[in-house]
Amino acid sequence: MRFPNFSRLPRPSGLAAMRWSFSAWTVLVFVFLYVPIAVLVAYSFNDSRLNIVWSGFTWKWYDQLWSNTPLMRALKNSLVIAGITTAASVVMGTASAWLLHRYRFRGAGILQTLIGVPMMMPEIIMGISLLVFFASISMKLGFTTVIIAHITFCFPFVMVAVQARLAGLDPALEEAALDLGATPLQAFRLVIVPCLRPAIVAGGLMAFTLSMDEVIVTYFTASPGSTTLPLRVFGMAKVGLNPMLNALSAVFIVATIAFVLFSDYLKKLSR
Amino acid sequence: MNAMVELKEVTKRFGSFTAVDAVSLTIRSGEFLTLLGPSGCGKTTLLRLIAGFETPDEGVVLLDGAEVTQLPPYKRNVNQVFQSYALFPHLSVRDNVAFGLRMQKRPKAEIDARVAEALELVSLQGLEERRPHQLSGGQRQRVALARALAPRPSVLLLDEPLSALDAKLRHAMQLELKRLQRQLGMTFVFVTHDQEEALTMSDRIAIVNQGRVEQIGGADEIYHRPATRFVADFVGQANLLEAEFLETRGAWTRLRLQGGLEVSLPAGAWPVNTSKALVSIRPEKVHVSKAPIAAANVFEATVTDEVFKGAMDHLSLETAIGTRFAAIVANESALQEAIHAGDRVYCGLHTDDLVVVRIG
Repeated sequence: MRFPNFSRLPRPSGLAAMRWSFSAWTVLVFVFLYVPIAVLVAYSFNDSRLNIVWSGFTWKWYDQLWSNTPLMRALKNSLVIAGITTAASVVMGTASAWLLHRYRFRGAGILQTLIGVPMMMPEIIMGISLLVFFASISMKLGFTTVIIAHITFCFPFVMVAVQARLAGLDPALEEAALDLGATPLQAFRLVIVPCLRPAIVAGGLMAFTLSMDEVIVTYFTASPGSTTLPLRVFGMAKVGLNPMLNALSAVFIVATIAFVLFSDYLKKLSR
Repeated sequence: MNAMVELKEVTKRFGSFTAVDAVSLTIRSGEFLTLLGPSGCGKTTLLRLIAGFETPDEGVVLLDGAEVTQLPPYKRNVNQVFQSYALFPHLSVRDNVAFGLRMQKRPKAEIDARVAEALELVSLQGLEERRPHQLSGGQRQRVALARALAPRPSVLLLDEPLSALDAKLRHAMQLELKRLQRQLGMTFVFVTHDQEEALTMSDRIAIVNQGRVEQIGGADEIYHRPATRFVADFVGQANLLEAEFLETRGAWTRLRLQGGLEVSLPAGAWPVNTSKALVSIRPEKVHVSKAPIAAANVFEATVTDEVFKGAMDHLSLETAIGTRFAAIVANESALQEAIHAGDRVYCGLHTDDLVVVRIG
């Protein structure tokens, strides 16, 4: 989708005071957003254990981070869980969006609502209810339970993103594919999915992010062997702030920025 | 000529709405047939029944002699040009056109050759690598056409494909479509609500109204010999007047038109044993003159309104006994002969131009 290149309007004149206050407001917003992050990254290179004094540049927190086996294992757990969750959410979210969009059947409205509820439900309620559920069917807590729990609240986000895209899609596209000899499955795979790709990617990124930093539901459904990174960090932070956590945060900030740039690049490609 | 598409007593309902009502229609091999009608008349549903996007509630659909009533679209050898074009946005022009051939699993060399051939047919060589959003509206239309032609369907369906183009381009495309259809000898079924489009391109026109085919025939037949009131009214402009049978004397039948005007017709033109019918007179067939006319069916009238349209003058006439007429006359450059509102004029109706249309 391309937008027309219309020329920008000049700013209204005679509103100097307003301009000043708006500029100040904007600056303030960015200060609150990014100064803490910048400080955090700076202190991740601070030689002192105390965050408030600067005593010299060091890589040692990164070294410690790298050699902290429990933390690294938690990171691996998180990546595995988020990866599987994302893959399953993308498939389930896209399929359910297509099903609800393309076919009319009884109870479609109720299904839509039921899928949407986990997005709004307080995580603590979801966590407890899933724990009780897993206990009642005597399922042992571990990777499987965490992944099931994460998929439950992640795939609706993919579905909603894909549904928004589907609403704007020309219904004749599928018919054109069928008309040219594609079976319904081929039409979906060769025409509909490529048209939905931006929404699928956006929904997948959302699912990955949600799964990566989820604490509460995971807290209820994980076993010690399947502890995720956020849970581990949470446990460490309770004991006291460790500059290693600054280093970990810095790594994550860099990864997030890379992520955002990558998704922008994908968006540009799809245009 | 043998039948390429046959609909037999086909009915399609959407809920309580009957979109297509027991339609029987035969489309000949190699003809350009247009389904013409107002929006919501069922013409698009008829096309979708042929394409296989809809299955009829009753009746059968035959394609090239074989029954296809329950066959899904991907098993029918017909292709459609969609109103929105429905080009695949993620594929290049080449891949769009090749899509149908790839679905047929043709060898690569054949696909390449036929894509090139299809693009040449619509004069789009050199744009193979473009994506749909990099093309103009007219070019997209040609890609849609090439994509539908490349698999060499036995019937090409066109659903108002020209409606998004500007008037000039639309006219050029009308002639080009007609040329293509002749060149390929392919059966084209074209859906439109634009009568000028239908008259320009079609071998035959089927007038569709309220889910039924009112009349099917050549452009001149539809225009000059409308079978129903709807056809007379929908195609071109027409003065539709109720007529009452008075008497037949020798070779002539006398009628009284609505408003009291009496006219004579050749006796054969009036349906036997009918007391009432409609008479349709095209506005351009009403002869208007300031000087008296010496002929049959002449009456005096007053010009109540005049609209100057360049080449033609559109007049509203009112006769002394209250009958209203629309008339279209060529402009007179000599000012004294020009007709204006308020003028008393003489009108003449040629008996051949009085078309009797049955009621009901």
